[in-house]
Amino acid sequence: MEKVSAMDALKPRIKEFKYSLYLLNRNLLTRVAFITVIALFLIALLAPIISPYPEHIKDEANVTQKLLPPSSKHFFGTDELGRDIFSRVLYGTRVSLTSAVLSVGLALLVGVPLGAIAGTAGGVVDEVIMRITDIFLSFPPLLLSIAMVALLEPSLGNAMIAIALSWWPWYTRLVRGQAVSVKERKFVQAAETIGTSKWKIVFKHILPNTISPVIVQASMDMGGVILTIASLSFLGLGAQAPTPEWGLLISTSRNYFPDAWWYSIFPGLAIFITVLVFNLLGDGFREILDPKTRKN
Amino acid sequence: MARYIVRRILLGLIVLLGVITITFTITRVIPSNPAAKWVGPRATPEQIKAAEEELGLNDPLPVQFFNYIKDLSKGDFGRSLRTHQPVKDELIAFVPPTLELVLLAFVLAVLIGIPLGIYSAKKKDKALDHISRLFSIGSVSLPTFWVALIFQLIFYRVLGIFPLGGRVSTETTIFYDLPNITGLLIFDSLITGNWAVLKDALWHIVLPCITIALYPIGLVARMTRSALLEVLNEDYITAAKSYGLPEKIVLWKYALKNTLGATATVLALSLGYTLVNTFLVETIFSWPGLGSYVATSVVTLDYPSIMGVTIFSTANYIVLNLIADIIIATDPRIRL
Repeated sequence: MEKVSAMDALKPRIKEFKYSLYLLNRNLLTRVAFITVIALFLIALLAPIISPYPEHIKDEANVTQKLLPPSSKHFFGTDELGRDIFSRVLYGTRVSLTSAVLSVGLALLVGVPLGAIAGTAGGVVDEVIMRITDIFLSFPPLLLSIAMVALLEPSLGNAMIAIALSWWPWYTRLVRGQAVSVKERKFVQAAETIGTSKWKIVFKHILPNTISPVIVQASMDMGGVILTIASLSFLGLGAQAPTPEWGLLISTSRNYFPDAWWYSIFPGLAIFITVLVFNLLGDGFREILDPKTRKN
Repeated sequence: MARYIVRRILLGLIVLLGVITITFTITRVIPSNPAAKWVGPRATPEQIKAAEEELGLNDPLPVQFFNYIKDLSKGDFGRSLRTHQPVKDELIAFVPPTLELVLLAFVLAVLIGIPLGIYSAKKKDKALDHISRLFSIGSVSLPTFWVALIFQLIFYRVLGIFPLGGRVSTETTIFYDLPNITGLLIFDSLITGNWAVLKDALWHIVLPCITIALYPIGLVARMTRSALLEVLNEDYITAAKSYGLPEKIVLWKYALKNTLGATATVLALSLGYTLVNTFLVETIFSWPGLGSYVATSVVTLDYPSIMGVTIFSTANYIVLNLIADIIIATDPRIRL
């Protein structure tokens, strides 16, 4: 038998990946979105260093400085406690990105294994798991999360759990579809022939081969999840003061609206830009990965 | 075909039962002491005990569940812990204002979204097409509650042309009897010929309605564009063109007809998202609908009301999905 080194085996994949990057780069809108997403992660990472008043993310009050309009000292103005809104919005990037990554991660943790099991097992197991996902998906988006956090105690952690619990079925559906086709591949049948256990087949052979579309889907979902977290916080069901969460900032700002317009405008812009670039990137991803639009 | 529809309806019922089960489980698993809320803050232990008995909280969970389903099948959603009123009556009072908003938003979505999609398809890859793509992705990325605030800032504070919120002005409620037939104020004042109320109601609904319509407009435009582009490549369109039919007739009479199914479907599916957006927007515009109702119920942990709204909205969502599926199924090009 001809010996194939790992590097050789990976070559076509690397070539495809490079081609994807090339396509991603070719669309101006997608390229801008991609760069902005990276910038956002950097802001989240470096928030304590780049924000002018890092101490303002807590309860600290400087009443003499309260509700000042934007100036060269406070780019986005100050809030009711005299805190620098610019610093709080920068920190909010960290809050939103972390909680979105954690919510999606949790949803993946529940959804992916269930999908792999459903797709591999087939029959009754498949039917039961998929009908349960149908039920979860028939709630209007956000409503299930609202009901759940409302009855649990409102907090950012519970909001993340609630989002994960209403989001996992999408991944189950996706992975199941993949697993059904991977199951028929020769290497899985070979593993079955030599008596590999069922669980090992699911988690070692099938799951890793379904994961790449899942990662793409998860990154496309980031925008929606960030928006959901902001909406829950706006309703008072997510982050609690003094966490500098964007939705919560807007919710608090309503008490000083419309006089202190800067208090509402800037956190909202931050949400809009973040969600927009994630969605644009997702749209770009979809276009380059769809075989129909990929080649031309 | 008939078999498919029956099957879909049965599946829909099973899903609805599942939804009720999940909602019920969430509310019963979470310790929130409903009996104490029922009797109020200064109750004696005896009163709480009596309330527990009255609310059936001492029954085993399966019995409680069975009773809840039995009541639901009679349209009884239980009583609100906050107001002690039947949740059903409260829903009847709060649903019409929300329905009014959503219906009008959908009308806007069709009136603006379809022409925008057609135009965008005609000018494929031109500037307007790109703007339309940006708009439709943008409209999904906008935090609706923030848009509502911006609209208030611009149109109330700066320009002063639209009111801050509410369904009608206080003066109108004082000087006129508000007609109440269907609960849809605009419709009711229209059929009773109450022009002053109609004008005031329309004036109040503009901002919340546009805020909510942004999302379905973007969606409909995008769907119409892609469906139309697909249809315009079909042979029958080429044939119609080669007969020398005017472009207008080809587009409006032959092509557009075949895109409407897709547009209707996407509109039906967007209802869930639109409804929840409405909830967020209502609290900002002090609109007395389901959203404001949910907001107060959430604050007071009034779980029968929260359950009522959840089950009611989800049931509607399921029915609309069902209708969308049936529309698709009646398309003669699809064989089931």
